[in-house]
Amino acid sequence: MSAADLHTLTGAYAAHALDPDESAEFERHLAGCPACAQEVAEFAATLARLGSAEAALPPPALKARVMAALPTLRQEAPHTIPARGRRRGRLAWGWPRLALAACLALAAAAGGVAVQQHQQAGQARARAAALQQQQDHFAGLLTAPDARTATGAAAGGAGVGTVVWSPSRGQAGFLAAGMPEPAAGSTYELWFNDAGTMRPAGLMPTGDGVLLLTGPLDGANGVGVTVEPAGGSTHPTTAPVMLLSFT
Amino acid sequence: MSAVVHLSGPGLPGPDLKELLAKVARGDQDAFSRLYDTVAAPVLGLVRRVLRDPAQSEEVAQEVLLEVWRTAARYRAERGGVMPWVLTIAHRRAVDRVRAAQAAADRDQRAAAASHTPVFDEVAEQVEGRLEREQVRRCMKSLTELQREALTLAYYRGYTYPQVAEVLGAPLGTIKTRMRDGLIRLRDCLGVGA
Repeated sequence: MSAADLHTLTGAYAAHALDPDESAEFERHLAGCPACAQEVAEFAATLARLGSAEAALPPPALKARVMAALPTLRQEAPHTIPARGRRRGRLAWGWPRLALAACLALAAAAGGVAVQQHQQAGQARARAAALQQQQDHFAGLLTAPDARTATGAAAGGAGVGTVVWSPSRGQAGFLAAGMPEPAAGSTYELWFNDAGTMRPAGLMPTGDGVLLLTGPLDGANGVGVTVEPAGGSTHPTTAPVMLLSFT
Repeated sequence: MSAVVHLSGPGLPGPDLKELLAKVARGDQDAFSRLYDTVAAPVLGLVRRVLRDPAQSEEVAQEVLLEVWRTAARYRAERGGVMPWVLTIAHRRAVDRVRAAQAAADRDQRAAAASHTPVFDEVAEQVEGRLEREQVRRCMKSLTELQREALTLAYYRGYTYPQVAEVLGAPLGTIKTRMRDGLIRLRDCLGVGA
């Protein structure tokens, strides 16, 4: 598409009427076209007036749910680089980029041949993408209208865990903060508590992070966390470090 | 420039939204609570206008408001006001939802086309809200029919411009041009950025 053609897309872009590919192409053009950026900003302000004219009183419960979710959400850092080639508005990459940087630093520190570094970087990218996906799923779960949370301290007092569950989605997620890193060769394992019977719900190899629990909520009345050998177990083999009820 | 024109939308004078958002970016929940009081009604109203389904609209509005909390630090004042920034997020998320369920949306939109009446019973009844609606209506009437239909289908229904072109039986190039010159006329009529 020519630059002139792209320029006429300002209206369709501001109204979100482009498909993702066209939108991305237009954003690349936008980065080098201040006049287009100015026009897009004015159109966004114009359309905001149309949107504001639709104002509808939200139910008080909406505010209660939103306010309750704030402490569980990680706020993103500002961009400190020019926003060239930014992806369409989503911008949810603060954490994985940090995670990726940390992984790459580790990979570099480990030394070795370039090929090995390359492979490790690839693994780091895959891990960062997986983290992003987990975080997106977790954030999505938090927005379920019936999402509820319960928080508890880990046995021994180090760190807290928060479980989020939504009966309508039939899903639960777990957020760990400041729990001790499992010893080498071991991992945290999450369990659905089906009235005393523990059902495997996923592995969490670190003491900080989020995990969308695998398997449906079904009739579970809570979750448990144990330390298991790396790779996980089919039944808990140690005393739980945390038990949280869906109440 | 008319005295009722504000770049960050109606409802002003109110709290300084840029200042509030800067506090929100630093994790200030009280500031977010006050920001919420200003932006939640437009967010919910816009999302509901696009999606129509009240339960789904509330869910998307909640996602939007939480995205505002998460990404407050990414707001850049030089690119425009806070309300346009928030409503851009709201519109994008509403449109994403429409397109994610395109088959279902087509069905809904056929039903919606048969009874195309905005829901006004729960519309916020502040005086400035009414004035704003009247001004928007008046300015929409100043557009040509093709401009108005193209913008209405794209903005309120979440159609892509090829879909708009198909529905209106007009060439793609005509539609994208009409959307742009329609917005220019609306911008000037509403006194935005003049």
